[in-house]
Amino acid sequence: MAGIVSITLQNNDEARPVIESILHDNPSANANYMPGAVKIDCPERLVVKAESVSARIGRDWDPQEIHLTIVSMGGSLDEDDEELVLSWGA
Amino acid sequence: MTPPRKKKLNLKKRYELMTRGLDWETSYQKMDDVFPYDTFEGIKITDWSKWEDPFRLTMDAYWKYQGEKERKLYAVLDSFAQNNGQLGISDARYVNAIKLFLTGVTPLEYQAHRHFAHLGRHIRGVGPRVAAQMQSLDELRHAQTQIHTISHYNKYFDGFAEFPHMHDRVWYLSVPKSFFDDACSAGPFEFFTAISFAFEYVLTNLLFVPFMSGAAYNGDLATVTFGFSAQSDEARHMTLGIEVIKFMLEQHPDNLPIVQQWVDKWFWRGHKMLGLVAMMMDYMLPKRIMSWKEAWEIYFTEAGGALFEDLSRYGLRVPKYADIATDEAEHISHQNWSIFYQYTQAAGFHTWLPSDEEMAWLSEKYPNTFDKYYRPRFEMWREMEARGERFYNNALPQLCQTCQIPMGYTEPGDPTRIGFRSTEYAGERYHFCSDGCKDIFENEPEKFSQAWLPVHQIFQGNCGGAELSDVLEWYHMKNGTDNMDYTGSPDQKQWDAWQSVRKRVAG
Amino acid sequence: MSIDIKTVNVEPKRQTFAHVARRLGSDKPASRYEEGVFDVQATKHFHYRPLWGPEHWHFDEGRTAIGMEDWYLFKDPRQLYYGTYTIARANMHQTTDHNFAFEEKRDMLANIDPAWREMIVGYLIPLRHYEWGANMNACSISDAGYGTAITSAAIFTAGDRLGIAQILSRIGIVLGGGDGELLDEAKQQWMEADAWQGVRKAVEDSLVLKDWFEALLAQFLVMDGMIYPLVYNHFDTEGQRHGAAALSMLCEFMVDWSAEHNRWVDAVVKVAAKESDENQALLSDWYGTWRDTMTEALAPLASMVMADAAEAALRDVHQQLDDRAAKLGLSI
Repeated sequence: MAGIVSITLQNNDEARPVIESILHDNPSANANYMPGAVKIDCPERLVVKAESVSARIGRDWDPQEIHLTIVSMGGSLDEDDEELVLSWGA
Repeated sequence: MTPPRKKKLNLKKRYELMTRGLDWETSYQKMDDVFPYDTFEGIKITDWSKWEDPFRLTMDAYWKYQGEKERKLYAVLDSFAQNNGQLGISDARYVNAIKLFLTGVTPLEYQAHRHFAHLGRHIRGVGPRVAAQMQSLDELRHAQTQIHTISHYNKYFDGFAEFPHMHDRVWYLSVPKSFFDDACSAGPFEFFTAISFAFEYVLTNLLFVPFMSGAAYNGDLATVTFGFSAQSDEARHMTLGIEVIKFMLEQHPDNLPIVQQWVDKWFWRGHKMLGLVAMMMDYMLPKRIMSWKEAWEIYFTEAGGALFEDLSRYGLRVPKYADIATDEAEHISHQNWSIFYQYTQAAGFHTWLPSDEEMAWLSEKYPNTFDKYYRPRFEMWREMEARGERFYNNALPQLCQTCQIPMGYTEPGDPTRIGFRSTEYAGERYHFCSDGCKDIFENEPEKFSQAWLPVHQIFQGNCGGAELSDVLEWYHMKNGTDNMDYTGSPDQKQWDAWQSVRKRVAG
Repeated sequence: MSIDIKTVNVEPKRQTFAHVARRLGSDKPASRYEEGVFDVQATKHFHYRPLWGPEHWHFDEGRTAIGMEDWYLFKDPRQLYYGTYTIARANMHQTTDHNFAFEEKRDMLANIDPAWREMIVGYLIPLRHYEWGANMNACSISDAGYGTAITSAAIFTAGDRLGIAQILSRIGIVLGGGDGELLDEAKQQWMEADAWQGVRKAVEDSLVLKDWFEALLAQFLVMDGMIYPLVYNHFDTEGQRHGAAALSMLCEFMVDWSAEHNRWVDAVVKVAAKESDENQALLSDWYGTWRDTMTEALAPLASMVMADAAEAALRDVHQQLDDRAAKLGLSI
């Protein structure tokens, strides 16, 4: 389990494109569904790419919009205009 | 094909310009007078500019996202109230978990609002100060959204109406209250370690994620909505927690032993307090999604494991007694529910014995302990109830001087023996439930000897009188309405009446 | 499953929480403001004296010399709780964002006389530090204040002041063509220019006040009560004569905010003064001291911006504030 990072999002319409993007952009990611939320675990590093989410919703998605649907996280976070990255050892 | 995303002023740079430069080195007043509290704990900070802002929200973005969350939340609350959402929950027993939440947790959110304002004013670095201010706002949000959500339940169920009055007085509510009083009376770096790191980062998931998911599973759309909406702020708070720890450890090697002692203390304090949540999850949710033990494995053993492995590069180790806490995850919910069952006459929510089906679930989830130690007890109590001899414990319990929980916990490795520890300080003897609680006292005896222990206070005549009825009156707890078993309570009668109409209509 | 709720008796057992009903005089429906604010702060049986100040409990009426029978008389006339607060500010800021976008697209700040542009860097942008000082005082009040009515409104104000400091920073960035150079220049003015030292000293002095109510009066009534009309009214009018109309649009948030903020400040001061003669005397005393300090502190700033017209402007500001304070029950 060394270095698992995770992000938990609400499981709703707004979060769905974000969840899909994460699962697409992080092939090792694993989604665990529970009532109302989904916890996505990934070894070492997990990235949320604004470009991927934007492509799914047909408009510019600002990484700060994650604040609307995030429930929890594990790992250290870094944020810029293009992506959010969760990792350890940063 | 969507067009390429528009570029704007780089987020990091923009945030730095908008925030960091606001501060100045005072010269008409000494900096140490403007910031009198951030040095006495011995934490050495050599360069505040090394602080990394984890989320870079300017105030306009904060208003925008938070305002949007609030719009959505209140739309759900309005619809829940208009549609009598309380009729859609799994069972009225569920509401008792929410009673414990409003009386035990909500006032802590308010305390957090206050003390993050304290940090938002008194920490010398601008980065953490702004983060603390936003958290102060968030915590006020949590207190108010919880009150507004539960306001609807208060209209239909007992046990909610006097929540602030009870929080300041009732015996088991001194457990969460003293926890937070402890943090707020500490210095700012200890508070950060206690609340932002140990609580928010390491432990709060246990409260908000599985429990709120449980609320959803039990049909409580209002609570799950505020719960997850609050959690979206929590993610920001968690990043503050981990950043504070790293920052202290990176700034000076002398900080490590101080921080380690705080991490040990607050992990243990948090573990004991969350025993109440353990009981809510294992006993108070009519439909269960996850046992406390499973939640502990996911959120402490696994997530905490990765966290402490990462922090080991600074020399920080896993909190002392983490192994014992993990061992206790097999017991704590059963032991706590037993305490409340015995003292139901003085509890502000209803109690009950688990049904056969529920006991089967507990056996399955706790194969090492439930059938061996706890099922026999519940079955005995059930037989006593059947004989009309429902067991009440009429002796006032001894409380642990540190965590303030009645001494009902067993020895590590021996679940048949109640653990007792004691120590002497300034000519008085003090009692504890565990080595963890005793260590905490011995590190700060002058602080913990001050504790307002509810049972001592009753004995000293400070709680309305010597009789149970006097104390209940002083608590503003209505005998026969707010307390005692669910079976026979006004809550139950009302719920059954609603259900019988529903059955008629559906049938 | 749909059920006909009309067939189920779902009469509420009570309309609101018991502590709220006691304040309303009976059990009747209460507003979200009332439920979210009344009695939320713990008042009794605290466990440990603060290590950082053992002379008080962490929530303690004794942190101010102002005395109140009931701290929930300080009801916010705006009835702000977190939800209404953030939604109101998000809406206000949307207009601000729109104004910035409109002006940036047309490069409207470029029309300002170059000399006046320098003046803006000298008088307006340094105010971001003043706002940061106000933010610190607002946090202090939220920290040390007593009762949720005060502490919630105070933390909202802290957020407001940070937000305003950031709007001012943004004006500096736009004025400087996109980077932070002008912000550095303005900070230097704040730290060193004679025009600012009186104000900076007053701000720093307010930051070490031990009595949170004095900080509230000094910051929100006196300092804000003089600086806001001076800057956003008198200086702004002066700016119109130098082609700075575009700047007014970017300052609209502050003008609207200030009108709203004053309603709350006035309500708080008025209630405190009315409570007792002791309060009234103390508040009047603080008022006089801080007003004199600020009148003196603002003179060099006013004359830098308004030259010969400075004295009249300052006199006007002074008079308006005295009139306002008198209406609140203070002795001038």
